[in-house]
Amino acid sequence: MKHVIALVLGFFAGAIIFVAGLTYNPFMADRALSPLSVTDEEVITLSFSNVPSESIIYTNNGDSLQQSSLQGALRLWKAPIRSTSAPHPIKVLQLWEAPIRSTEAMVTVMRDARNQTAGLGIKISSDSETSRLMFGETIADSIWYVYLPERGSFFIEQTENYWPFVREVALPAWRSSANNWRGSWLGDTTAGPGALGTAAVSGGSGRVEGVRMNGVESLSVRAYSADGGLIGAEGRLIIEIPDAQVE
Amino acid sequence: MLKTFFMGIVLGLLAAAGGLYGYSVDQVREASIVDVTANGGNVESFHVNVPMDRIMIGAPGQTSTLPAGLDWPTDEILADVRAEMFKIRNARDTVIGVAARTAAKNGDEDVIDWVLHFPARGSVFVNMDITPREGGYRLGEIRAGSREFSKLHGFMTERWVANDSDDEDAPTGHIELVATYVGERERGNDEGLVE
Repeated sequence: MKHVIALVLGFFAGAIIFVAGLTYNPFMADRALSPLSVTDEEVITLSFSNVPSESIIYTNNGDSLQQSSLQGALRLWKAPIRSTSAPHPIKVLQLWEAPIRSTEAMVTVMRDARNQTAGLGIKISSDSETSRLMFGETIADSIWYVYLPERGSFFIEQTENYWPFVREVALPAWRSSANNWRGSWLGDTTAGPGALGTAAVSGGSGRVEGVRMNGVESLSVRAYSADGGLIGAEGRLIIEIPDAQVE
Repeated sequence: MLKTFFMGIVLGLLAAAGGLYGYSVDQVREASIVDVTANGGNVESFHVNVPMDRIMIGAPGQTSTLPAGLDWPTDEILADVRAEMFKIRNARDTVIGVAARTAAKNGDEDVIDWVLHFPARGSVFVNMDITPREGGYRLGEIRAGSREFSKLHGFMTERWVANDSDDEDAPTGHIELVATYVGERERGNDEGLVE
């Protein structure tokens, strides 16, 4: 009997050691510097609120409204924002059908560097089948459609890795007795498809019609709840426009 | 007993590694319904049942909002912008994605854009012509796409089809979208894309 107890205790200790090692693996460090922060090209910087209740609409499968604590904890790993955020406004149509259950959609106001309204942004993202927790990859396939009346329309395709967010914000929030986290976290979520970890941006109309560009999305979090999602957060989109291609 | 405990640790490490390695995200897939056209290319049709698939209508000065409680921005810069979001269905009437349509007027330039997002396949960005063609449909060019659609180019049509059914639960009509993929887009290495 003693051997069985030792084996079971060892088993759980081993599993905990592995997960802890994966979570705090220093070799899975964040990318320190966005490749667009050192560019010489013209850059458009847009900011938006990432808090669902501050967006125009935000919708997902609505599971966060009725899931148990255990379900919430398990989903936190693969969809740290969608799994915890409630749709907004509350009566918005939810994405409950099986092919779109792991998708979230948001419409938000995009603001320029002077915090003035610059246009409209629509973001749709889904859990990616390329996610590999073993390698620190919590991937979302996402697209943005951004319309800026003064510049034109942009289509942004990207893969995002939320692992640094899970590790440094979502898990500490889940572990805390109040199920929330407060602090200051800033990270680039864009991880591809560009070779330098940038998003692919296509101009659809206006001054940027037909122009191919790069972009990076970043997330700045001040408060997060494992029960309710982002409470204080701001997103930023940086789009690099090649000088030669702007009129 | 210590030896048994360490054996348990090794088993726990292996089980955790195996569990995390085997953990994966599986998107629900619906078989694509693609027709081959006589002059080359593939055709795929989608539709949006109105009003049941409509998630949002965002436009200034609406008397009733969808969804209820929508607070559309009143900024002057967005005065001529109208955005709609829908669930999108395949030819078998199964919801397979989410789409957004944006129409805007900016000075002399009018813009109508569609983005279609299919979680298991990728996304398509289409820039539509402003003037409808004979027959009431509008033609647009596929400007960009992601994943499965990243190398495709072609065009897409949109058309409103009113419902003539007497069924009580029938939609008032549907927006018909027909995408024609006519070849592979050339995307050079200068874009820095990972092959």
